[in-house]
Formats: sequence, structure tokens, C-alpha cells
Amino acid sequence: MTIYIDRRLNPKDKSLGNRQRFLKRAREELKRTIKEQVKAGRIADVDAEHRVPVPVRGTGEPTFHPDRTSGERQYILPGNKEFAPGDRLPKPGSGGGGSGSEGGRGGADDDFQFVLSREEVLELFFEDLELPDMVKLNLKEAVSFKPRRAGFATSGSPTNINVGRTMRNSYGRRIALHRPKREEVERLAAEIAQLEAQPNRKAVEQRIEALRQEWERLERRRKRIPYVDPVDVRFNRFEAQPLPNASAVMFCLMDVSSSMGEREKDLAKRFFVLLHLFLKRRYERIDIVFIRHTHEAREVDEETFFYSTQSGGTVVSTALEEMQRIIAERYPAREWNIYAAQASDGDNIAGDSERCAALLRNELMELCQYYAYVEIIDERETEIFGSTDNGTSLWRSYRSVGEKWPNFQMTRIARPADIYPVFRRLFARQPAGAARR
Amino acid sequence: MTVTSKSADSGLLFTGSDWNFATLSRTYDAIEKIALDELKLDVYPNQLEIISSEQMLDAYSSVGMPLMYQHWSFGKRFVFEENLYRSGRRGLAYELVINSNPCIAYLMEENTMAMQALVTAHASFGHNHFFKNNYLFRQWTEANAILSYMEFAKKYIAKCEERHGTAAVEAILDSAHALMDQGVFRYRRPPRLSSEKERERARERLEYEEQTYSDLWRTLPARTSDEISDEVEQEVAERKKRLNLPDENLLYFLEKNSLVLQPWQREILRIVRVIAQYFYPQRQTKVMNEGCATFVHYYIMNRLYDQGRIGEGPMLEILQSHTNVVFQPDFDDPRFPGINPYALGFALMQDIQRICNDPTAEDRDWFPDIAGTGAWRETLLDAWANHRDESFILQYLSPALIRNFRLFLLKDKSKDPYCEVASIHNERGYEGIRAALARSYDIGVNQPDIQVVDVDLLGDRHLRLQHNVKSGVLLEEQSRDATLRHVCRLWGYDVSLAGVDSETGATLYERTASAD
Repeated sequence: MTIYIDRRLNPKDKSLGNRQRFLKRAREELKRTIKEQVKAGRIADVDAEHRVPVPVRGTGEPTFHPDRTSGERQYILPGNKEFAPGDRLPKPGSGGGGSGSEGGRGGADDDFQFVLSREEVLELFFEDLELPDMVKLNLKEAVSFKPRRAGFATSGSPTNINVGRTMRNSYGRRIALHRPKREEVERLAAEIAQLEAQPNRKAVEQRIEALRQEWERLERRRKRIPYVDPVDVRFNRFEAQPLPNASAVMFCLMDVSSSMGEREKDLAKRFFVLLHLFLKRRYERIDIVFIRHTHEAREVDEETFFYSTQSGGTVVSTALEEMQRIIAERYPAREWNIYAAQASDGDNIAGDSERCAALLRNELMELCQYYAYVEIIDERETEIFGSTDNGTSLWRSYRSVGEKWPNFQMTRIARPADIYPVFRRLFARQPAGAARR
Repeated sequence: MTVTSKSADSGLLFTGSDWNFATLSRTYDAIEKIALDELKLDVYPNQLEIISSEQMLDAYSSVGMPLMYQHWSFGKRFVFEENLYRSGRRGLAYELVINSNPCIAYLMEENTMAMQALVTAHASFGHNHFFKNNYLFRQWTEANAILSYMEFAKKYIAKCEERHGTAAVEAILDSAHALMDQGVFRYRRPPRLSSEKERERARERLEYEEQTYSDLWRTLPARTSDEISDEVEQEVAERKKRLNLPDENLLYFLEKNSLVLQPWQREILRIVRVIAQYFYPQRQTKVMNEGCATFVHYYIMNRLYDQGRIGEGPMLEILQSHTNVVFQPDFDDPRFPGINPYALGFALMQDIQRICNDPTAEDRDWFPDIAGTGAWRETLLDAWANHRDESFILQYLSPALIRNFRLFLLKDKSKDPYCEVASIHNERGYEGIRAALARSYDIGVNQPDIQVVDVDLLGDRHLRLQHNVKSGVLLEEQSRDATLRHVCRLWGYDVSLAGVDSETGATLYERTASAD
């Protein structure tokens, strides 16, 4: 007797572990490929699948195998049509008269590409970037669940019976099936008793008999149609609702005064996008708040934030005050991880920079997980400012914040090409980690 | 009951292309009857498993074993196979069969019922019979134990990863895999000493030497230099003998003698070695194994059709699939991948049947033993049991078959800009072609012959390997040097590889990998 086993329902992806190991092995090369692809493509494309050539370095499997260009060998080939012994055939280009008996694996390696999933791409893209020390939450912690009412169910535990629903169903069913009411039965019984009590039984004998039959019929019917049937019963249904214990809010602050041209805004946008992308991986839920400012600040939607212009002077502190107000109103720091990214060209009204720095130093930085300040400068300025601590008043004032708060970062960028390195630096491993490397 | 069994014994086994477990097992019973009663096959009990295409891909990448330890190279293979499959460049096999007891065969769920019948006959009877009866498999593999051994191997390696880290285990596996081809015993059965017995013996030997030690020997007068060189030579010969050198099984040698390996690392080498040894017979019997399975399925399917148990539609489908499998493109065809083992094997088996039943005068000349005896079943059963590809071809490749395939022999010397046609399918060419074809299936000839020749364990511990170069065929250099580094990693001290021409004895090259 033979045995048939249906394995189709067995878990698939037995090779997934091996695939992971292979990717890990080829990590360096894949990382380089992805980086190049990201550099060439648009930033939004990062968040998608990528086709990559299969890495060769680091994944070779050397063996002792014959060199096909040396020595003497013999081939047996089928399909002779015209050859006679002694005929000479010129060798095709790279040697080896026939293709021999080895074919298969080696040949196709060159054009061999495979698809990395979105997660794998991002994993590579973000490798060795780390979120700053997070005080509040442990990301590895399992998501907690809280039961939440979600309609009714026909099954459940007795404690969850919904009496109102159940009785309503029961009532409807009793009406539909004409279940005799108790009063009706009682009335009949009373009538029978009354008739039986009459002295002249003979005259009403027939009537009693009829009533009795009717009474029995009703009783039977009442038994057959129960008051509460199992089909009536309804239970309260609960669904486990995940509690987002990892939610973040990201504040985008930008100077939109006329000194910020298209180029500056474009750079700023790319920076925000990257930051958002990065946060998206770590948090289930992310809110984004856009605050733009000139001499006054306002919370706006994304469209307005990037694409409409506004005239006016520049008072950076108004944006910070607005942010502070929004945090107090909607994002209590106890429940939210607050990230902020500020982009500016460094212009500020005289005297305000100090106030900004003080606001950050004494109030905002206590609330924020992380604050990144990006100053967008002219390409020509990079040579001048690139490495020095000189610069705009805002830059100089912010430096004092950076000294006090390690989770405050500030950088200058001038070209799109600068963004990625800056981004890396912003999120580079903390000094402790760096020392370990 | 009798009524149903009667109706099951005649009439169509199935109609339509959908299968279910009832038709599968009804068909299995009919196939089994023919296989055992008519072909006299002798098989392990069968276990058939239905799998999906994803699972088939998984099975591919773990070299066809149902259980396999984890390693990145399997992931690479998986990515590769998956890619070929998804881009439509390669179809998946219809079945996969494992040399185990019970014999496990995987059937793809996408197969039609006709295909399921075909692959059942092919795998569960053809391959199964071959696994159970061929001398190589009987001698070198243990079908009863392989599944539990693989389970052990998988668990053991997972445990090692837990204890010593994935990287360390991976490094050992990388090195072991590089030497897998050099990790088999070709001529002798592996010694079966348990490590405990071995230790016991080493201890006894040591005790004996201590007991027989005499300080007097030290006082003997100094020897002449001649005597010393004699002495040195003798010493070398002795230590070679003690280490059982030369040794063709590099992995075995390293496992037993490396001074830097931890016990768990030795065990991993052993696991890789056992698996290599397990697959060694398969590589030597590709043509026969596939030929046997193809012949069996062809015979059984035709018998079932003759008995009226398979309809014409399914039979056409079976024949079409069979024809695809045994298709042999000519050498100048762009589809030519080499000689198709299915085609050659099947043709050889059928040819034997023809020679037994209906020989020509030429066949009587060439095969006096079997020509015209009509005993093709016995001849085939005997051949399946007692040959490997090389000897089988040498014994049974007939001139008629050479003509059918229009085989010719091409000689390729690396220094000439041309290849020369040495023999074709004519009187003078048959012998040469037969011998050359047989040789091309001899692993011993086609795989580089590399042996451990010397090491002085008490001295510099320099491990010397020798590559016996045949017909001037060297090793691919880049891969050779990388592999040598792997040997070095396992040995822990310097390792050198010398290429020695097996005819002239001249040293062609020498490479050394130094331990850092």
C-alpha cells in the first residue's frame, strides 16, 4: 500500500532563510548597487522594489575544477553530417571545440538579475544609520492590543451575551411563528375551568372538549417554539485593536520668504522626504506638521508648504513658537516621539537668532527626540563655509544649542548630491557606536 | 467489494486531465502490477508527496533533499532557479525523487493526471528500482539512514550556529563545500572506526612505545650522512604510512588530522563529506539512472495503453512529453546542451531489448552473449544492478546506436587552432567512439586527481597536495588559488599544491597558501 502525502499546505518559503543569508553575504555589493540606483533615480523611487544584478564578489564558490583551455581533451558529439576522420575544424573564438558536457549554470550568470523587495532595498539603504538614542520607547517591544467593541457575533462566551439584541430577535421570531401568548393559554384554561364548574355539564360537554383540544394545541405549540431559541442569541463582538505605542510626529519648518528660491525649496523638500522615509520605517504612525514662516508662522498643508510663496521678512522664532503651541495642543510629549527638521537659508531678522536658540535650548529640545537644522547655502559658499564655524547669525546661535543637546544636529547643504551624505551624518551611529567600529 | 475490484481491474483508469487521490492510487496500483509482475522490478516502499511549484523551487535549491542545513549558497541557488523559472526560461521538473527508504517522490500539483501516471512510473518504479539495486548505491549509500542523518545534520549545524555564531559556522561550511568534490572515497569504503575506538588505539600505541623505550639507543655512535639520508627517507615513508598517505579524500584527511579544528568543526566537515559521498553514485550513473527510469515509464505506459487502461488522449500527451524528454539536438543545433542523459540512456536500454529480441548479424558479432536470447529483462536487470555509466557504455553501446546518433569523436589540443575529427560512425570508428564516450562519463578521469601526499606533523606541518595532471589539463587558476586558501584555513598551516604531469613526472606548477 503506497502512501500519498499532500504537502501543498506545508509552509512555503523554506528557502527564505537561505535567501536572507545570501543577501547578507552579498551585502556590500548590493549596497553599492542600490546606492548608485538611488543616486540616479528619484528619491521617491527608493521606497520600492529594485532589480539588481546578482552580486559576484563574496559569493563565489571556488572548487578545484579543470581549466577548459589547457591540455588535450576529447568530445563525443551527436549529429555528424559531413565529417570524415582527419577533418579539421577551426576553433570558435575562446577555445573549446564543442560546448562539451558542461553547460547550464555558468553561462547565464552575466545577465542574471533578481528583484529585491522594498524592505530589502530600504534595509540596505539605511544600513548603519541609526535613530538617536530613544529614551521613551523600546521598539522591539510587542505591539499591545486593546479589545474594542466591533458589532455582534452569533458565537461567543456567555458573559458576552447581548441581552437586548437577543430578546429583540426572539421577539421577532415569536411574532413571525405565531407563538401562542401566555395570556391566551391562561384565558383558555380559565374558560375550561369555568365551564367545568357549571352545574349543567352535559350541555357544554362538547364545548369543553373543543376548548381542551385548542388548549392542548397551544401548549404544544408553545413547547415547539421556544421563548428564546439558540438562533436568537447574539454576543458582543470584540476586536483586538493594536495600540500604536510607536507614533511619531514630524515637524517640518521652513522659511518661505522670498530669499528662499526654487532651488532652496527643492533641496529642503528632498531632505524632508528622506527624513520621513526613515521615520516611516520605525514608527507605525507618523503625523507630519508643516509650519512655514516669514515674519509670522502658520501651519499649512503640504501643497501650500512647498508651492506657494509669501512675501515678508524673516522671523524664525515665530515658527518655533508655533511648533511649541502645536505640541502643547495636540502632541503631548509623553505620547509622541517628536522629530523636527528645519530648513532655512540662514537669514533672520537681527536679534531674533538669540531668541531662537534660547527657545530651543530651554524649552523645545526637552520635548524633541531629535532636531535637525539644515542650512541651505549657495554652491559658491560651500568653499567658504564648508568647514568653518563662521556663517549666518542663526548658524552661530544654533551652535550653542548643539553644544548642550547631543540630539540637535546642524549641517549645511548646497547640492542635491550633498543631501544623502548629510542625511547619513545626521543619523550616523552615536559616538559610542562609532568608537566601536 | 469484488464487484468494485473487478471494475478497477479493467477499463480506463482515469478520464480527463484532473487528478484526485482516488485516481492517483488506482493508477499507482495498475503501474505497480506491471512493474513488479512483468518487469520484475524490486523497489523500496513508495511515498508520494504532492507539492506546489514554490515547494519544488525550495527542493531544488537544497540539492533535492527534504531536509538540509542552512547556508547562503543554497539561497544563491534558489535566487538563481527562481529567476530562471519566473522569467520563463526554464520549466520545473515534473517530479523529484530521493534515494531513501521509503523512496520519496515529489509530484507537482500542476501535473495533469496523465503526467502524474508518467512520473509515478518514472520515479517511483524506475529510479526507485535503480536506487535499490545498483551496486554503487548499495555499496556507498544508506537509504535507510539518510533522512534521519540529514535531520541530525540540520539540527547539529543549527546548534553550532547558536553556540559559535553564524559567521564561524559559515566559514567552515564555505571551506568544506569548496572541497566537496575532493571529499569522497573513490576506491575504498570509509573506515568505520568510531572516534572512541580510535582514541583507545592511539593510547595503546603510546603506551607500547613508552614501555619499549630504552635510553641505550641514544648512546649509539653517530651515523654517516648516507645513513642519515636513508634514515630521513625511511622516516618520511613511515610517517606517510602512519597517516595513510597518499589520501585522495582531502576532507577526510583534514577532519582527522587538522590540528586547528575544534571537535564541532570536524563534525561539520564530516557532515559535508557524508553528503558528498551520498551523491557520489548519482553522479556516476546519470545516464543509466535516467535511462532505466525512462525505459520503465515507457514500457509501463505502453502496456497500460495496450490493456485499454489509458485512453488515447492521455497516451498522446504522455508520448509527447516522453519525446520531449528524450530529444537529442545535434551538436550544431543552438539548443545543444551536450549529450542528453535521458536520450542516451533510453536509447541504450531499448537497444539492448532490440538486440535480445531481434538481432542483426552485426549485433551477433558484437554481443554474442545476449543477441537473440530474448532475455532482455534479465539482461537489463543485470546491467542496472552491476554497472555504472562508464562500464555500461563500454559494454553495451552498439554500432547501430552510434549510427543512429551519428556520433563522432573530436580531438581538441589546446595548442592547435583547430579541432580534429578523430572517428566517425564507421567500422574503424566504433571502438574509438565507444571508448571515448565511456571515458567521458568516468568521474575519475574527468575530475582533477588531487591527493594529500606529505605532511610532517612534528616539523613545520607544511601540508603538501599533489595534482596529478592528466593530458595536460590544468586547473582553473583563480578558483584553484581560492580553494587552496580554503584548504589552508582548515589546515591552519602552510599548504602547497604541486601539479605533476602523470606521464613525465615533471612539476608543472606549484602554489603555496600561507597561514597568516
